[in-house]
Amino acid sequence: MSALNPNHTRSGGPAIEVSGLVCGYGEQTILRDVTFNVARGEIFFIVGGSGCGKSTLLRHLVGLNPPTGGSVRFLGAAFSEADAATRRAQLRHFGMLFQGGALWSSLTLRQNVALPLEEYTSLTRREIEELSALKLGQVGLSGYEDYYPAEISGGMKKRAGLARALALDPEILFFDEPSAGLDPVTSRKLDELIVEIRAMFGTTIVVVSHELASIYDIADRVIMLEKQAQGIIAEGAPRTLATTSADPRVKEFLTRGTGKVPIL
Amino acid sequence: MSDNADQPQARVTVQPGVQGCAVILAGVWRITAAPPRWTDCVGGEKPARVTVVMDAVERWDSSLLLFLFEVQQWCRTHGAHCDFEAVPAKVRTLLGQLVASHETSVPFDRSENFLTSVGLATQDAWKKVREIIAFVGECVISAWRLVRMPHKFRWRDCVDEMQQCGAMALPIVSLISFLVGLIMAYQAAVQLRQFGADIYVADLVGLSVVREMGPMMAAIVLAGRTGAAFAATLGNMKANEEIDALAALGISPVDFLVLPRIVALGLMMPLLALYANCVGILGGMMVALGVLQIPPAAYWIETQSIIDLSDVNTGLFKALTFGLLIGLAGCLRGLQADRSAAGVGRAATSAVVTAILLIIVSDAFFAVAFNILGL
Repeated sequence: MSALNPNHTRSGGPAIEVSGLVCGYGEQTILRDVTFNVARGEIFFIVGGSGCGKSTLLRHLVGLNPPTGGSVRFLGAAFSEADAATRRAQLRHFGMLFQGGALWSSLTLRQNVALPLEEYTSLTRREIEELSALKLGQVGLSGYEDYYPAEISGGMKKRAGLARALALDPEILFFDEPSAGLDPVTSRKLDELIVEIRAMFGTTIVVVSHELASIYDIADRVIMLEKQAQGIIAEGAPRTLATTSADPRVKEFLTRGTGKVPIL
Repeated sequence: MSDNADQPQARVTVQPGVQGCAVILAGVWRITAAPPRWTDCVGGEKPARVTVVMDAVERWDSSLLLFLFEVQQWCRTHGAHCDFEAVPAKVRTLLGQLVASHETSVPFDRSENFLTSVGLATQDAWKKVREIIAFVGECVISAWRLVRMPHKFRWRDCVDEMQQCGAMALPIVSLISFLVGLIMAYQAAVQLRQFGADIYVADLVGLSVVREMGPMMAAIVLAGRTGAAFAATLGNMKANEEIDALAALGISPVDFLVLPRIVALGLMMPLLALYANCVGILGGMMVALGVLQIPPAAYWIETQSIIDLSDVNTGLFKALTFGLLIGLAGCLRGLQADRSAAGVGRAATSAVVTAILLIIVSDAFFAVAFNILGL
C-alpha cells in the first residue's frame, strides 16, 4: 500500500507484532519464544546461519505452517489466532517472494501476475493485463510478459515472482532468501529494487537472508536466530551489532569471523 | 488489520469551472475495492480541460494509477487538455511507466501456419522415434554391462523396486484379477447353461485367464501404478538436476536408475501374472460354485485338464515382455520430462498411455505369432 506522505505509513503502531511464537513441525520444536516487532515502512532482516530456522519462522509468520504457540499480529489485528476467513482477508495485504520465485509453470509471466488481480479485484481483463505489464516493467521484465517460467533465467524468475508479489500493492512484503542463486550484480539490483519499493510505496519489508552484503546495504534492523539457542540472540541495526555486540556468535556471523565489519 | 468494508472508499468529485473541470480525488484508493470509473464521473460532459487534484487522498495504490490512466486516455480521445501538474511526481513517474507498458505490451503470437505446424510435428515425431531407439540401445548396452559385471549392478535398488512394484502391488492385482475371473465366469455361465455345458466355464475361464487376462490385467495395473511412478520419480529427479549430477560424475543414468527398475519389473511381472492367474481361476470357481453349483474339486480337475504347461508359459512370456515394456515406457518418459511440475505430470500420463498402447500392440502381435507357431 502506498502513501503520499511517507510519515503516514510509519504511524499507527508496528506493522508486525510477534510475541512468544513457538515454531516447529509436528513434535519437533525449532524456535521457542520468538518475540519482536517490525515498524511500518521498515526493512527488517531475519538472519542467521543455515538451519537456524529463518525460513521456518517466515513460514509460520505468513501462516503457511500453524505456530505451536504464541501470536502474530499484522497492522494491529490478530492473524495467527484469527479464523480462516479473517486470515484469508488479511493475506491479500501480503506479498511473498519465495526462494525460487515459485512461479506457476503452466502460466505465462503475465498470467502469473494477473492471477491475484483476477482473484481479488473487480478490474476488467484489459486493466489487469495493463497492470500486470506495469508490474513486470517495474521489475525490469518488459517484453517478457508472454514467456513461460521455463523459458527465462533464475534471476528473471525471481524478479517475476516479485512482480507477482507486488500485484495487489501489498502493505507487507516477505522475501525468502532473495539473493540465493543470483550473481552479485543481479543480487544488488534486487536490493535496489527492494529499497525503491519501500521509497515509492512505504511498504514494510521482511527479508530472510544470510547475505552480508544485502544485510549491511539495506537492512534497517535485523534479528539474528541461532540453532542451539532456538531463538533470537541479537536484535538491532546490523553495523551497531557487528561493532558493539558482546555475543561472539553475533560478532562472528556479522564480521565473517574477522572481528571487523567487512568492506562490501 | 482492517479490511475494505470499514475503510473510507475512494471518492471523486468533478467541479465544473470556466476553462474546464477540476477533478478532486479523495479517500482511500485500494485495488481490492471496486474502483471509481472516470466515464461514470464525467457523465456526458465534455470539458476542454481536466485538472486533477489529489491532496485529499489518504492512501493510494495501482487503482489510482488506473483511474489517472483512464482520464488521460479519455482526454486524448476527446481532445481535452489533461493537467496533472498538481499530481505528485512519483505518481506521475508510475503513470509514465503504466503508459509505457501499455504501449510496448504487444501479445506474443505463438500461432503458426498449417504447413509450419505439420513440419514441426513431423520433426518432433522423428526426434521422438530416434530418442526411443537411442534409449532402447542404451538399455541393451547397459544390460550387457550387467551380464559382464553383475557385481556392479545396483541390486539393492533393484530389490527395493521389486518390493515396490511386486509385493506392494499384490492387493490391487488380487482384487482386479479376482473380479475379472468372476465377471468372465458369470458371463460364460449365463450362456453355457443354456446348452447344459456348465462345466466348460472352467475351461473358458482357465484358458482365458492363463493365456490372456492374467498377464494383461497385471500389466495394466502395473502400467498405471508403477509405470507412472517411474516417470514421475525420474521426471522430478530431472527437474532437480539429479540426473545431470549423475551425468556430471560420469555415471550413466540408465545404469543407475533405469536398469534396476526394468530388471525389477521384468522379474516381478511373471510372478504377478502367475499370482493373477491363480486368483482369477479362484474368482471363476466362486461363480461356478455359487451360480452353477459345480463343486470346486470338479472345477479344478476340469481346469487342469484344459490348461497345459505351454499355455502357462506363453502367458508368463507375455508378462515378462509387458514388464519390460512398462519399465521402458516409464523410464523413457521420465527422462524426457520437461523440467517443471507440469512436465512431470505430462510424463506420468504419457508413461501410462505409452505402456498400455505397447501392451495391447504386443499382445496382438503375440496372438498372431503364437497362432502361427501353434503354441
